[in-house]
Amino acid sequence: MFELRFDERKCVACRTGNCLAKCQYMDIDRDTAKAEMVKIFNGEDSFVLHDCVTCYACEEYCEMGNHPFYLIVERQEEMDIPPLPRPLIKRGVQIGIPFRGEPEIKEVKEPVLSMGVFSELANLVQGRLFEGISFISTDPRKMFHFFCQLMYLHYARTSVIKERLPKTIETIAKHNVKEVIFLHDECYGTFASYAPAVGIEVPFKPIHLFEYLYNRLKELKDEIKPLNLKVAYQRPCSSRLSPDKLHFVEDIFNLIGADSVKREYTGENALCCAGTIIGQRRKGSRQRAADVQRRNIEDMINAGAQVCVFNCPACWDTLASLVSEKGIKPLFMSDLCRLAIGEKPEGWG
Amino acid sequence: MTLADYPYKDIIHRCFRCGYCKFPTNWTDVNNCPAYARFRMESYSCGGRLWLIRAWLNNEIEWTDHLAEIVYSCVACKNCAEKCPLRFSDDIVDMIVAARGEMIESGSVPSAVKEFLENIQQQGNPYGNARTKRGEWAEGTGIKPYDGQEFLYYVGCVGSYDTRAKETSKALGEVLLKAGVSFGVLGNEENCDGNEVSKLGERGLFQLLAEENIQQFKDLGVKRIVTLSPHSYNAIKNDYPMFGGGFEVYHYTQLLRDLIKGGSLDVSRGLNARVTYHDPCFLGRWNGEYDVPREVLTAIPGIELVEMERNREGALCCGGGGGNFYTDFLGGSENSPARIRIREAYDTGASIVAVACPNCMTMLEDAVKAEDFEGRLEIRDISEIVGEACMVRGTE
Amino acid sequence: MESIYKSLVEIVGEEHVSTRPEELYVYSYDLGTTEPQRPDYAVAPKTTGEVQQIVKLANREKIPVVPLGGGLSLAGLAVPLRGGIALDLKRMDRIIEVNERARYVVVECGVSQGQLVSYLERHHPNLYHSEPGAPPQATIAGNIAIHGQGDLAQVYGFNSDMVNGLEVVLPTGEVCKIGSCSISPHWFTLHPLPDLGLFLGWSGTTGIITRLSLRLYPSKKIRDVEQFAVEDEELVPEVVHRITHTEMAEDIVAFSQAIPPFANELHTINIFMTADSEKELEFKKGLIWDDTLGDYIEKGDGGFVNLSPEMKFELARRPQISKTSDWKKGGGFEYVGAIMPVETYPECYRRGVEISTRHDIPYTVLGRIIGRSHAMMFSWTYAFNRADPESIRHARKALHESDDLALELGGTIWKPGVYGQKIVMEKIDPNTLQLMKKVKQLLDPNGIMNPGNWEVS
Repeated sequence: MFELRFDERKCVACRTGNCLAKCQYMDIDRDTAKAEMVKIFNGEDSFVLHDCVTCYACEEYCEMGNHPFYLIVERQEEMDIPPLPRPLIKRGVQIGIPFRGEPEIKEVKEPVLSMGVFSELANLVQGRLFEGISFISTDPRKMFHFFCQLMYLHYARTSVIKERLPKTIETIAKHNVKEVIFLHDECYGTFASYAPAVGIEVPFKPIHLFEYLYNRLKELKDEIKPLNLKVAYQRPCSSRLSPDKLHFVEDIFNLIGADSVKREYTGENALCCAGTIIGQRRKGSRQRAADVQRRNIEDMINAGAQVCVFNCPACWDTLASLVSEKGIKPLFMSDLCRLAIGEKPEGWG
Repeated sequence: MTLADYPYKDIIHRCFRCGYCKFPTNWTDVNNCPAYARFRMESYSCGGRLWLIRAWLNNEIEWTDHLAEIVYSCVACKNCAEKCPLRFSDDIVDMIVAARGEMIESGSVPSAVKEFLENIQQQGNPYGNARTKRGEWAEGTGIKPYDGQEFLYYVGCVGSYDTRAKETSKALGEVLLKAGVSFGVLGNEENCDGNEVSKLGERGLFQLLAEENIQQFKDLGVKRIVTLSPHSYNAIKNDYPMFGGGFEVYHYTQLLRDLIKGGSLDVSRGLNARVTYHDPCFLGRWNGEYDVPREVLTAIPGIELVEMERNREGALCCGGGGGNFYTDFLGGSENSPARIRIREAYDTGASIVAVACPNCMTMLEDAVKAEDFEGRLEIRDISEIVGEACMVRGTE
Repeated sequence: MESIYKSLVEIVGEEHVSTRPEELYVYSYDLGTTEPQRPDYAVAPKTTGEVQQIVKLANREKIPVVPLGGGLSLAGLAVPLRGGIALDLKRMDRIIEVNERARYVVVECGVSQGQLVSYLERHHPNLYHSEPGAPPQATIAGNIAIHGQGDLAQVYGFNSDMVNGLEVVLPTGEVCKIGSCSISPHWFTLHPLPDLGLFLGWSGTTGIITRLSLRLYPSKKIRDVEQFAVEDEELVPEVVHRITHTEMAEDIVAFSQAIPPFANELHTINIFMTADSEKELEFKKGLIWDDTLGDYIEKGDGGFVNLSPEMKFELARRPQISKTSDWKKGGGFEYVGAIMPVETYPECYRRGVEISTRHDIPYTVLGRIIGRSHAMMFSWTYAFNRADPESIRHARKALHESDDLALELGGTIWKPGVYGQKIVMEKIDPNTLQLMKKVKQLLDPNGIMNPGNWEVS
């Protein structure tokens, strides 16, 4: 009942085919890119549907705002070309089923922040940066009621997203809020990008965590002591859904005196954490993921990074211990900001 | 009283008796529950106790002296709550306390417990000593009565009356004086904080004590309190707020750490010794404070701090909680937890066991004597160690 | 009764004997669904000598003796079915010797799993034992006495296969040594002396194990785990067969359960690997993941779950923490463990789901591979609410049906309770049964050892 708003004419009119031409995981030239996109939107088989690693980047590369990635995963589902083995898809779909009763809808006063399915990461929202905020989805036993569902893009299960997302929106809306800050970048992407793309109404305004942090830091400007740390940013896949908010990363770094190292794999060229690539069906996926991670981390080392700044807990789970082994300290963005105002986040120092 | 009236009736049956409650964090020994360590019968383990409480409330067994003794043999060290893997683990000690409450209401408690409570009711201390002697420990120290100073130095019953513990109270007072801290004591006007009363299940008496103390503190304009004992710290910080008491409460080690780091206390004289620190339950497991006392000790030059095998949240309780420093249900055997603990301390090669609690002090000192370690192992309060390192009098 | 009490006091001391209702109550219970039976005495000895004296006394007075370790069999094997002496052996908790070269440890019967794990980690980090995944209070002796299996089962077999020697107190009171320890100071082998394997799997009905020697194995620096998931239960035996062929895995456990939802109607196979270097780990993982299971992945029939470091840590932790008992918010669960051919996994699973559904219990099944797919320990677990007799009744019925099922599918029941023992004895070869009877009568003429168990009519 919710249809992806994909306009074939935009694809035809596009001159660059950048969605696929810029893909970092498939070697595709402009002409091939345009030809394969035609096959895809016509519902024909294409190697792209088999080789896509679901990194989300083409959402950003597309200059026409036409949602090539959302289309790819829809086709994968329709044509039964799952990127992951079927048992993993089943497991993923079942993980999101809340089974510990209904959520408690509390009285909240804005500003409100939703923890999504990261209710256990309360340590990331401590201190003066988050003073005065009301939190929702703080109970790990009920957190799947607040699940944005967008993870299912990696599983080629947009049907599950469309089925469950309205209920999540309803649960959030029951708190009578006009604006909601989202801890997880992917939640933001869901409400700012995906929902509109498929025609799901969102009765509140999503606020990006980094935008919130930046504005809050400006309020506390006098307390900021420049960090003088060399930092590399681990850009999550979901960030591709909100390229208009990417500038806040550098804005924050500049504000707090973090020296953003010159990297090859940055901005548009960022490498995803490869967490979802490891288990994919395509032959050699495990080594492909390891190679992506190796290049990503070597790039950080070569650029002289002391700290790897994370946005996403899934990237963290995949990469934090790997960067740590190489002598780079992993840290979430909110914790980096806390350091800048003289606070000591858990586990630092 | 029946199961239907018991406040934890929906939880008490959920104990599986899996036995995690008997262990420390690192599984080194199955005897980390003080009562189980002492008796080694399943009835004395936490799980056994909970099953017996349920059976009693459910009329499957009758009240006996022995049942009361089992229920009162728990010293509220919280090892069980710390280790239990199930969801209701936070309520474990409260479940035992609630059962004790029922025994008190029906007038069927061990006589030592009755004595303990009556003494507090009448004399404001469990020993039954005269109130007029409570402030004696401070004679000759120059410590002033509380009269609006920055801190109320709250001593507690053990620190006020126990011979050995009084040296600790003095040492701390003198250290605070040396550091220039503005503080005063209540002397004979001080009354029992009620922590043990609460853990023994006498809800009514605890409320009375709390309310009276709160009123007294408020009337005097007290805002910040530093306690000698973690037991007082626990009661005033965590339990008094529900009766209207909102004070800033510190355990003295927290204050000393700040004073040393901030330069107000010069400990450069140091102390050359191998020291092991015994975590008090009411500072450690009950209040999550494991680091600060260690910071104080490592700030003193010459101290080599070594850890016992069971430390921090895995520490073995000295057995002095729940009034047991007086009622002594766990004494009289080489398996008394205090004696086990002293043997463990001895094995570290330390010459000093540092404590931060007057109850631990008395329990462990007795154990040193029982184990015949006199001359080889010394129990010293952190206040005494700091006192020596900053050259105050009265730190023998 | 008075005089027996006095005699017991003389043997172990007053503090370690009780006839008081509180001790008798606690010692009458198993943690599962078995009905409680009250002992007459609860006794906790400290030495083999004390055990010996107690057994002699029991023989004289014709009172039952029920040896108890951690009491975690969950099959009622330490419930005093005919009263008598509940013999709590946990005070005998000394670790006597670790021989690093020959890789064995000698322990008293009360040493707990947790204690041994911790001791080896601290003093002999290159060695470990096969840890059964029960709560840490379970004892080494109790576990081998019931033929337990641990996390080294796939490599080295049953925990009882890892025994190098025993010291036992016979029901008639003699202390006997079994294995090389009977002839040498070294407890390093059972074979080739004449087989005296009369004490394992007998539920304590032939004597009391007071000391034992257990093989230890090389412990490596890195312990990793991967989870391979399939949807079709028919694939499990073949997947397992292939993994065991590589000889690269340590513990292999396949499980499926209704709760939490992510495991429902799926079969997740935990594959543990150990290594001393990243190179070794990558070699093993490559063999298993890419070479052995790669074609399942490409076809989409099976896949490796992406585990976070936290999840891996939880899975690899020894001993395991189990929350199963609280699933019905009721403090109870019990399971039928059966030793089954691995090829029966699909049917065991399907029938397990059917039994659980009928009894309104969320299904929970698990298969731990023993040897190179020589067998598996398959368990059907039923949670119950201890405060709800209906729930206990359902669990008990489900357990009996599972006992029946194990035999129906050609396996046998591991550590059976009274019901399981009965149906095993009904089915077993009659000559075998008669031999069991002869052994039992020879060793325990007065029938004092844990009576009510393995009683051949």
